Amino acid sequence: MDNKVLINKIIPFSSVDGPGNRTAIFLQGCNFNCKYCHNPETINICNNCGECVKFCKFNALKLKNNKINYNQNNCVNCDECIKHCKYNSSPKVIEYTVSTLVNEILKYKNFIRGITFSGGECSINHLFITQFAKEIKQYNLDVYVDTNGYIDFTSLNDFVNIVDKFMLDVKAFDRNIHKKLTGKTNETVLKNLKFLIKNNKIYEIRTVLIKEIDYFDTINYVVPLIKDTNIRYKLIKYRKYGVRKKYKNLSAISDDEIKKIIQLFPKYFNFITV
Amino acid sequence: MNDVIKIIKNKNLSFEQKVIELARYAENSIAPIELSNETKEMIDKGIICDLFEGNAPYRPRYIIVDFNKFMKKGSTFLELSPPKTLLEAVNNLLIFYKHIPSITTMPVYIGNIDYILEPFIKGDEDYEVIKLFLNHIDKTITDSFCHANIGPKYTKAGELILKASKELQNPTPNITLKYDENITPIEFAKLAIETSLITAKPSFANDKIFRADFNGDYAIASCYNGLKIGGGSHTLVRSRLFRLAKESKNIDDFLNNQLVKLVNNMTDYMDKRIKFIVEESGFFESNFLVKEEFIKIDNFTAMFGIVGLAEAVNYLLKLEGKKDRFGHSKIANELGYKIIETIDNLVKKHKGIYCNFSNNKYLLHAQVGIDSDTDCTPGCRIPIGEEPEIFEHIIQSAPFHKFFPSGIGDVFRFDKTTRNNLESILDIIKGGFKQGLRYISFYEDNADVVRITGYLVKRSEIEKLDNNQVVLRDTTVLGKGARDNMKVLERKLRK
Repeated sequence: MDNKVLINKIIPFSSVDGPGNRTAIFLQGCNFNCKYCHNPETINICNNCGECVKFCKFNALKLKNNKINYNQNNCVNCDECIKHCKYNSSPKVIEYTVSTLVNEILKYKNFIRGITFSGGECSINHLFITQFAKEIKQYNLDVYVDTNGYIDFTSLNDFVNIVDKFMLDVKAFDRNIHKKLTGKTNETVLKNLKFLIKNNKIYEIRTVLIKEIDYFDTINYVVPLIKDTNIRYKLIKYRKYGVRKKYKNLSAISDDEIKKIIQLFPKYFNFITV
Repeated sequence: MNDVIKIIKNKNLSFEQKVIELARYAENSIAPIELSNETKEMIDKGIICDLFEGNAPYRPRYIIVDFNKFMKKGSTFLELSPPKTLLEAVNNLLIFYKHIPSITTMPVYIGNIDYILEPFIKGDEDYEVIKLFLNHIDKTITDSFCHANIGPKYTKAGELILKASKELQNPTPNITLKYDENITPIEFAKLAIETSLITAKPSFANDKIFRADFNGDYAIASCYNGLKIGGGSHTLVRSRLFRLAKESKNIDDFLNNQLVKLVNNMTDYMDKRIKFIVEESGFFESNFLVKEEFIKIDNFTAMFGIVGLAEAVNYLLKLEGKKDRFGHSKIANELGYKIIETIDNLVKKHKGIYCNFSNNKYLLHAQVGIDSDTDCTPGCRIPIGEEPEIFEHIIQSAPFHKFFPSGIGDVFRFDKTTRNNLESILDIIKGGFKQGLRYISFYEDNADVVRITGYLVKRSEIEKLDNNQVVLRDTTVLGKGARDNMKVLERKLRK
């Protein structure tokens, strides 16, 4: 059977989603609801309410038989539809089968060394990714998965084996803070963290630094686990861009605080400011 | 004579720039090359343009010296023996450079400087000498059409040259890394990419394609001109295709009549210029470079340049009621391809003179434009402001590259985040080269040294010009014009 998946966006060339030049694929749908999410329109699958249609000035959206019909050719990506969606979703999502996605990727094949699945939360579609990875590996391309680690990977052998590396978010070590931040607890995330490290499957671990939570707690937990590995630990400075209005009270940490962290753990971090 | 006094009194020119301007004025006070009325008319309309080569060319436009021979033999005329140490090597070269003529009066090619210096390099302790060597070039060859080559193999000299370039951030010399993914080590390529993000050089040349086209060794000179070592190009005349399109009734007329007329007149003009250089000017009889066989007439060619393909295509399609834009539509891209293919066929049919190396055929060149081109985008490029995403951009541009052995290339401006992932740019270069791309250049947003079209300038030096101060490099004047007229500093930012 040819698996299907809903894709929010494909970035043909990305320099920020793993090693080398990669095609980044953003799948629709997430099992977290993070307060600092900067692309909240990827959280839910469109419920075809049709609210967005009236805001489209370019005739790219229509409601036909109670379903949204998206015409990519007319779309100018003004994102008015997304701005007016009350459901944290996007009508501009396109369904791909494994073979249509493989054909899309083959256009970029000469220029990239691999594909990174992101989201939303792409691991919800682990069956699709597994089947796709089997196909695309014939062309010497690798497959990375950018994940929140909420689904238990320890029982998904095919998926974990075929994916070359994972980029795992460890949003918070403290269970309650994690729940407050994402809506879900973190037992599986931490279990997956250890499991993937043990199996040499992690390329990078990421933690977003927000002033309001005790990020030292999280950093102190992660660092000993990766001490003797070549895993990168990327600390991401929180940014307001794209974050929903009701959560805009979160704030970024200062450059002085970042300096403090660098002094404490000089060799583990690849700091970035997004 | 009014113009002479204007040059003399100009407060924005350095002494050296005045001397060159006065020499140009003198040369243009005579007109020994006789042109047909039709050619004259096409020159007056700006359809044909000789890029200020002058009315009485007394040296080939581009000279590509065989530096291996110079290092091995020294020079009788310059009274230099072959060098035995790095200091002697560097000193000999710096002397030699000042005696290589060109259209700019300064050398446009200064050698595969890593390979020629490598035998004298002991290690990191030679960094200072390399740095002084490069800085000397920048301050005395005050024109960034001066071009050094490195690679494709790794050398310690090459590594030191890149490191010093990164530190100096000078516009001159322009540098090209000849790149072959099977020969150039990844770490060396990454160092080159990092250097290029910081100081807009080196560019990457597709070594495989150039080697095939030039049957072995070649040089990249001036902006990005592929030429034979030990030879050069007598002349570069170019056509503004947009202005030719304006003479046309429709696409058919352009392809079947106007292009034929263009190629007939332009090649005739080139023949006459070459004849003057070779038979009248005395260059090939008297110059020491020829006498000591650093260059041989048999290794020369001449360059048939074009600019403004994009505008020509858009204009011709508009004549037929179509709104398609070059770079964005299949119809427009195919018309562009058809035009270049037609020019290539016509130019190949013409039997030129004194161009033995290229079987007396003139080589096509996608010229990068000059500061006064307000209506023509360089070569076959997509106009600035209309660039598609980088992937589509490269795919669109690559098919044109095979037609232009004597030079074509694209320039990309990258966001500073890319510096964290140098291999992502290397992947793009490798992919582009697999796709048939011949030459690619890039720089980082906010860098002081930037690539204008093919040459380099310091933004800080353009600012001096803005404030009516005299500047060291004549190319800065061109860069200012290109910034003002061609929006070259507003290239699409790639993330």
